[in-house]
Amino acid sequence: MSMNPTRKRRLTIVLLVVAAAVVAVGLIVFALQQNMNYLFTPSQVQTGQASSYKTFRLGGMVKAGSIQRSKDSLKVTFTVVDASGSMPVEYNGILPDLFRDNQSVIATGHMDSAHFMATEVLAKHDETYMPKELKDAMAKAHEGKQVNEEAGQDKPQ
Amino acid sequence: MTPELGQLALILALLLALAQGVLPLIGAWRGSRALMAVARPAAAGQAVFVALAFVLLVSAFLSFDFSVQYVADNSNLALPWYYRIAAVWGAHEGSLLLWIFILNLWTLALAALSRNLPEVFVARVLGVLGLVAVGFLAFIIFTSNPFARLLPMPPDGGDLNPVLQDPGMTFHPPVLYMGYVGFSVAFAFSIAALLGGELEQAWVRWARPWTNVAWGFLSAGIVAGSWWAYAELGWGGWWFWDPVENASFMPWLVGAALIHAQAVTEKRGGLRAWTILLSIFAFSLSLLGTFLVRSGVLTSVHAFASDPRRGLFILCFLAVVVGGSLLLYAMRAPKVAGGKPFSVVSRETAILIGNLMLTVAAAMVLLGTLFPLLGDALNLGKISVGPPYFGFLFTLLMTPVVLLLPFGPYLRWGKSDVPVLKKVLWRAGLAAIACAIVAAFATGGETKAIAGTAAAVWCGFGTLLYVFKRWREMPAGRRYPAEMAGMLLAHFGVGVFLAGVLLTNALSVERDVRVAPGQTESIGGYQFRFDGVQHTQGPNWEGDQGTVTVMRNGSQVAVMHPQKRTYSRGQVQTESAINPGLFRDLYVALGEPMDSKQPEGAWALRLYDKPFVRWIWAGGLFMMLGGFFAAADRRFRTKRVADTEALPVAALQESRA
Repeated sequence: MSMNPTRKRRLTIVLLVVAAAVVAVGLIVFALQQNMNYLFTPSQVQTGQASSYKTFRLGGMVKAGSIQRSKDSLKVTFTVVDASGSMPVEYNGILPDLFRDNQSVIATGHMDSAHFMATEVLAKHDETYMPKELKDAMAKAHEGKQVNEEAGQDKPQ
Repeated sequence: MTPELGQLALILALLLALAQGVLPLIGAWRGSRALMAVARPAAAGQAVFVALAFVLLVSAFLSFDFSVQYVADNSNLALPWYYRIAAVWGAHEGSLLLWIFILNLWTLALAALSRNLPEVFVARVLGVLGLVAVGFLAFIIFTSNPFARLLPMPPDGGDLNPVLQDPGMTFHPPVLYMGYVGFSVAFAFSIAALLGGELEQAWVRWARPWTNVAWGFLSAGIVAGSWWAYAELGWGGWWFWDPVENASFMPWLVGAALIHAQAVTEKRGGLRAWTILLSIFAFSLSLLGTFLVRSGVLTSVHAFASDPRRGLFILCFLAVVVGGSLLLYAMRAPKVAGGKPFSVVSRETAILIGNLMLTVAAAMVLLGTLFPLLGDALNLGKISVGPPYFGFLFTLLMTPVVLLLPFGPYLRWGKSDVPVLKKVLWRAGLAAIACAIVAAFATGGETKAIAGTAAAVWCGFGTLLYVFKRWREMPAGRRYPAEMAGMLLAHFGVGVFLAGVLLTNALSVERDVRVAPGQTESIGGYQFRFDGVQHTQGPNWEGDQGTVTVMRNGSQVAVMHPQKRTYSRGQVQTESAINPGLFRDLYVALGEPMDSKQPEGAWALRLYDKPFVRWIWAGGLFMMLGGFFAAADRRFRTKRVADTEALPVAALQESRA
């Protein structure tokens, strides 16, 4: 098959573009897989749904009165609850402004035995607003149950 | 009564927008000059009514008219007047009003400065802008009325979100919107060209200054947003790959590709279809940005509580705009591959590679931003995509762009001489390597600092080489035409930006510490002494103010006062204290008292030493200047076209300047 120089050059360009596209798609899929963080509520974690993920996000409400500070460092522990589960969380650092009892929070981190070791804690917006994804996740974890601010108080740990 | 006048003004503006959107397009189609002539007066009338509505909303804020729901929600008696004005765009309804107001400003500018363009073409451009205005005005009137009444009227209002009570927030949204909305002009030019089946590419030259200015504003808006996040969110980050940041960044990336593609189309006739496609994408991504920020579908620092009706409206609007324009594109796009031929070593090739990388980067950001929605729709669970995804891929995609950048000005259209490029490679390369070695010794082998220095010198010095060459070879006055000066400024800005990002990343010392009054912590060669916390008060907040004395080698550098404010509605807001410098920022933020009953005791403090952080924004501002300079080039001042009425040329030149 004979090819004139123009066609040959065009073919080379097309092949290069295709190769680049394949590499790009491959890299994007790879990077995406490495960096997807799933959101789970404490009860979902307790039923083992998060067990296959090393790093994930834990979402729920801060249980009233559960915030404990260390006397000599920035270590803080608190309990995140949803309607039927609870999870002790440990965090080293400064908590966000909106962090307080009964506030909805999303913590990123991993499990260490029965503790969730958080590397980042986000508290969202004001006291009346809960992020949609957290609301959905909590609703999904407890189909039919009302998720409200008292969720933390009516369940003993 | 005035709020109703505002609403009435918006309704009249909608009717005029309908006239502006429909009649000139019919006129252009039917060849009716009378209908085409409707465009300018309709646009002017619409602008007057929208401006009236805007002024009425501002005055409602200034006069504490809490019978207006939006005013009551976002301001109170204690809010200072300047934040009451900023509160106009502090939430959903008002920011949409700002959007349409800015669209009107762009339309007016276009109407005034386009008298030399063919009448039919201008009619189409203004018509398309009118249709965009119809969409947004309908959105405001039917789903987001800023003038809705609240009865009974409360004695005092709520509060503007405290994070928005910051000087940066007063100008971030307007400037950002100038950029977002500015892309509607490039979009309208493209659609008008498609509608008219323009085979000539003269329209691209008319579109170029508008695109450059819009891109410049968008750069400035993103810089302002980034600086605000740094100063106001209390933990010293300048970019989070948050959905809303991504929303402004995607049009910026596509816009950067577009201004380069337009240059190819204008000067060489190539990439015609691609330029049109990019204008459609840039504007669609701007709309998507509005959708992402306002709908609350994504968890973000900016998301307001959502109203599904609004999300649905914008989604439909988006579908019509994107779907409609892509359909038109499919039917009308220039089919014949046009343009002059070019060899592998040419400016066209370099721009093509840059375009590819920028658009793929935008697609990558889009995928990462929307993936949580996708995962939700496919029932994969609640997913978020971590910042490393964006950081890793973005670095990878931008590396070829950075490597090509110094060659840009040296490359010729069509075919370039290789020896010249080799000389650039050697000089810029050697300078980069030399500085990288110095950086390696100075920082003890920090990889990112070395890479940052090398990349910054490569781009910055490489650009300066060309500046010097022009200085030597060209006679005074002809050295730097505005278009070239713009390119050089923006490319130099990339170097400054790279230095900022990578050096800050490598050299920042960030520590969260627990300190008792009198205690000193050493960070990055500075001693921070915590002198305790005192009660303090502002117009609409009270709180704790810390005093931190910073020493270096025994002499005092700064006394800093970070605050922890509690606003009237009980929202808590951290006000960081920043001691700025060209080469480093010192950053102190109050965390929380270790014992909330004893605020005079020990506190958690963030103490940061952030070298070169200002270079990040300086780089962005250079890029902004680049956009503005390029747009000011004399070449873009439109010459009179035969079929328009005669106009004094002097007046035109003045108005373009």
